[in-house]
Amino acid sequence: MTRTLLTGNAAAAWGARLASVDYVPAFPITPQTEIIETLAAWLDRGEIPGRMVMLESEHSMITAAGAAATSGVRVFTATSSQGLLYGMEMVYTVAGWRAPFVMVNVSRGLATPLTLEPDHTDIMAARDSGFLQIHCASCQEVLDSVLIAYRLAEDQRVRLPVIVNLDGFYLSFTREPVEIPELESISRFLPPFDAQSTRFSASAPTSQAVAVLSGTPYSYFRYECHLAALNAISVYDEAAAAFADVFGRRHDAVEAYRCEDADIVFVMIGSFASKARDAVDRLRDAGQAVGLVRPRLLRPFPAEHLQRLLTGKRGVAVVDQNISMGMGGVLHSELSSALYGKPGAPAVLLSFIGGLGGRDITPEEFYEIAAVTRQAIEDGVVPPPRLLYTRDEIREVTKLQAIAHAERNELESGQ
Amino acid sequence: MNESRFKRMKDLPSTHLLGTGTPMCSGCGGLEALHEIYDILGPNTVFVNAAGCMTLLAVYPFTPFRGSWLYTAMASAPAGAQGIRDALDILIEQQRLPVAEDLQVVVLTGDGAAYGMGLSSTSGAMERDLDFIYICYDNEGYGNTGQQFSGATPHAARTATSKGPHGFAGYKKDLFSIWAAHKPAYVATVIGAEPLDLARKVEKAMQLKGPRLIIALAPCPTGWDYDPRESADIGKLAVSTGVWPLKEYVDGKVLHTKVPKQRQPVEVYLEKQGRFAHLFQPQRNEQLLQELQNSVDSYWAEVEH
Repeated sequence: MTRTLLTGNAAAAWGARLASVDYVPAFPITPQTEIIETLAAWLDRGEIPGRMVMLESEHSMITAAGAAATSGVRVFTATSSQGLLYGMEMVYTVAGWRAPFVMVNVSRGLATPLTLEPDHTDIMAARDSGFLQIHCASCQEVLDSVLIAYRLAEDQRVRLPVIVNLDGFYLSFTREPVEIPELESISRFLPPFDAQSTRFSASAPTSQAVAVLSGTPYSYFRYECHLAALNAISVYDEAAAAFADVFGRRHDAVEAYRCEDADIVFVMIGSFASKARDAVDRLRDAGQAVGLVRPRLLRPFPAEHLQRLLTGKRGVAVVDQNISMGMGGVLHSELSSALYGKPGAPAVLLSFIGGLGGRDITPEEFYEIAAVTRQAIEDGVVPPPRLLYTRDEIREVTKLQAIAHAERNELESGQ
Repeated sequence: MNESRFKRMKDLPSTHLLGTGTPMCSGCGGLEALHEIYDILGPNTVFVNAAGCMTLLAVYPFTPFRGSWLYTAMASAPAGAQGIRDALDILIEQQRLPVAEDLQVVVLTGDGAAYGMGLSSTSGAMERDLDFIYICYDNEGYGNTGQQFSGATPHAARTATSKGPHGFAGYKKDLFSIWAAHKPAYVATVIGAEPLDLARKVEKAMQLKGPRLIIALAPCPTGWDYDPRESADIGKLAVSTGVWPLKEYVDGKVLHTKVPKQRQPVEVYLEKQGRFAHLFQPQRNEQLLQELQNSVDSYWAEVEH
């Protein structure tokens, strides 16, 4: 085992390298590009076997990835944000092919306005596709999750593609010490890809992804996909346990931090959960019984894990780094449906939205979230969802607008 | 290049590989061409399909193909071909698949995908020198949705979205030249009504490596509005009037494989099809008919020059 400083992107590339991927269809997009550049450099130098092909779009890239996976090779690819959306038709399509490959998504806010900085609205758009989703909060987790993702994707009880998600900039470009497992140890966790009958060859003709003409066969295949995704909960638990045995690191489907005796719990996904974790420590220092729950696995949705962890808590504050226009936070509504009517469910479940387009969530905001949640517990009244934004930020935007107006007035007056 | 094994009609395969009972319309010129093409290609193929009429060839749980099939989406069949070709190469290289198990990767799309939505992925596949065959059945409109005009629709044709007195205002895109501009290994036009010419071209394509692209004009009784029994005749007229030049691009040169000696007037081709009826009724639109004749004449004037 060696410990090396790696960016999240490099850690993702290392995950693919250690999984001995055969094939990497690629297309560049910020902030993902370093992943495919890293793999390309290794391939060019002959350090790793395999083949990379540069497609002309993410739509084609995901098509090629799915087609190669259904032809029996181990496939890795990566994208981000606009690219994920450009390829979205194929995200849904190849999941239906039951093409077991791994795609890293480096989360980045969606246009409009165009931005490079992270939030999770991109990955939420892939929520209902049939791709499974693992969300990372550290560079180590990125590397490890890629390996876990292959085991999950290729398991015969699952056989679905998996997205490993990491946040742009906060993880993609941040160096952290990462333990890189020896290649020799990987086979103890991840066996070679066994495509079984799902491949193309002359002596065994196969028709894949054929059309159906009615709701009966259509529903059959859609339900099969859904049931396979549900199977992935226990398969993930097995994989996480096996991973801990081989490599000594635990990556449970849902991470709980200082939750046992907590009365208030924050729920978040991704790297911004590290900010919540830090706030939990400070709130604990101030004598408040606050904890953090971080789902790593988002699809399938680990409802039972969450019910188990949150039963008996007094209040839960979900901080969504995404926004469903006209609805609010996606994670909040999913958690609500998992907890509703369950005995011992927290009395109040609050929704906060923050961190859009890389906007920071400060410790003070977490203290405020905790305070608002405590107040809701006492009042027995859940306040409406809150969009995190400060007076200073409003002032900043107003200032920018004032400058723009002044500039225009100057130009128009010909000064 | 070897001499063709198809010298006379009787050299063409007499047994047919593609199964019957498909949901294609009777008289489908695309299916006619596909039958002929498949007989030459043989079953060691994987067809990579884009959304179009022929997507309905393989409907769960039946297929008329002896070989393999993958449906992708409308825009990205060539990218699907890329994934399969690369995977097969990798498996062969790693000795996980015997060479005898290899497949010819064949993209099969209509003109809607080929001329429009899928052009970017086709361009990409050519740029990457992908070893594949592309078959476009060109029925000159979005046939599967009821024949709206596409980038392949000829000038003046009536379609579901060009029902005015002058028909379609645009002009058929020159896909042959667009493809040839990429300098792929091979580009050809074919038509089911000229099976010998078609067989020789598919045979030639199979002997080459790299991108090999074939456009089959596909007379379409449903979309072009004529009796299904007329399909072969209309196909022959498309060639003998010079409307559909049979040609190939290979080694940087375009060669016409069947130059009609005495070209028939274009209107004998047009008058057989309801989609051009407005050129003849209630009265002849001499100006438009002349325009269509002129455009064919000027094409051939360039060729015969």
